[in-house]
Amino acid sequence: MDGMHDLGGKQGFGRIAYPARPHDETWEPLARALSAWAVKNRHYNMDEYRHAIERMAPIHYISAPYYERVLTAAATLLVEKGVVTAAELAARVDGTFPLSLPLGPGREAVPPQSFAIGETVRVRNLFVPGHVRMPGYIRGKQGVVVHISPPYPFPDAHAHNMQAAEEPTYDVRFRSTELWPESADEAFVHVGVFQSYLEKVRNRA
Amino acid sequence: MTDTHTASLDQRTRALESALADRGLLPPGFVEEFTAHAEEQWVTANGARMVARAWTDGDFRERMLKDGRSAAAEMGFGMPEHHRHLVVLENTPDIHNLIVCTLCSCTAYTIIGAAPDWYKDMEYRARVVRESRTALKEMGLDLPASTEIRVWDTTADTRYMILPVQPPATQGWPADRLADIVTQASMIGTERLDGVGTPAAAKE
Ligand SMILES: [Fe+3]
Repeated sequence: MDGMHDLGGKQGFGRIAYPARPHDETWEPLARALSAWAVKNRHYNMDEYRHAIERMAPIHYISAPYYERVLTAAATLLVEKGVVTAAELAARVDGTFPLSLPLGPGREAVPPQSFAIGETVRVRNLFVPGHVRMPGYIRGKQGVVVHISPPYPFPDAHAHNMQAAEEPTYDVRFRSTELWPESADEAFVHVGVFQSYLEKVRNRA
Repeated sequence: MTDTHTASLDQRTRALESALADRGLLPPGFVEEFTAHAEEQWVTANGARMVARAWTDGDFRERMLKDGRSAAAEMGFGMPEHHRHLVVLENTPDIHNLIVCTLCSCTAYTIIGAAPDWYKDMEYRARVVRESRTALKEMGLDLPASTEIRVWDTTADTRYMILPVQPPATQGWPADRLADIVTQASMIGTERLDGVGTPAAAKE
């Protein structure tokens, strides 16, 4: 989905708060541990977890600190899986306990295809309503394959609790100045792209 | 009573904890044990020891550049099962690698330690793919115009870490002394270690 989380190349952000300022919030390690408990007990996989964060209302997402996103995803998924109920969570706090918005349909991988190191590839012109790990800034762009990783479950299916075929991911090298013409610092930007997001570039004679 | 404000994060987190504990699902001590494990085992020193060994052991360096996950395992450092591959990116005097996750905040956290806040912040995620040189300069790393910048967006479950250039002044140091100078930022790519070990660096 073209959600608020898809931040690469978005403009208007100010200075990076670097280096980090120390802070000590006891709920943060607790939120991390509860999320780890849920993953360890296989209540959800990492793609479901990431998509649950993406399903937070945009205004909630953009205003939530990192561990609030972790907590919201864990609570949402544990409610959706029937482990706890939203009503009991709300009853245990003073005020509201915002959860993520409902899960929509996922989609399956495209039939297997393959690409070689050094090959120029194009990112499909995809608009996916559910989970997708293709950042918007590479949509429709061409790049060159530099690495091939071992296969992973296809996230667009895996995040939706569907049977997810495994497929390789390709580290694809793009030129920043082709991603954002006349509007980027010169660099190579590499993105880990699932096979189903790519298509062959045909030579146009 | 109708209450429309959002509950505090402390309360919300404890509500989820108690709901799980009251059902007997969350074993007593799990939170404490997990937190201690994360804080003691998943530390920057792991990656730093790999870097220091790569600087002093050419065969290990080759293995690490070929298969980072196996090289980590060889030193006793594990990775979660969904991190199926660790790609080690070698900086050189003329090439600078930089890691980000624009869609969330993925890192090889068991190897380089939990991601720092700035790595998870929206400013870093939005800017470093598009304004890498400008953002690095603001963070104190002013790269020469001749340096090629290579940004790596962690969008799949393959993880990345950077093998920094060994500071020239540290040639001949033993691996355990070298491990102490390797920072998390140098393995993410927002810092270079070039000046470490020189008299100018010692004054700081
Ligand atoms: Fe991420």
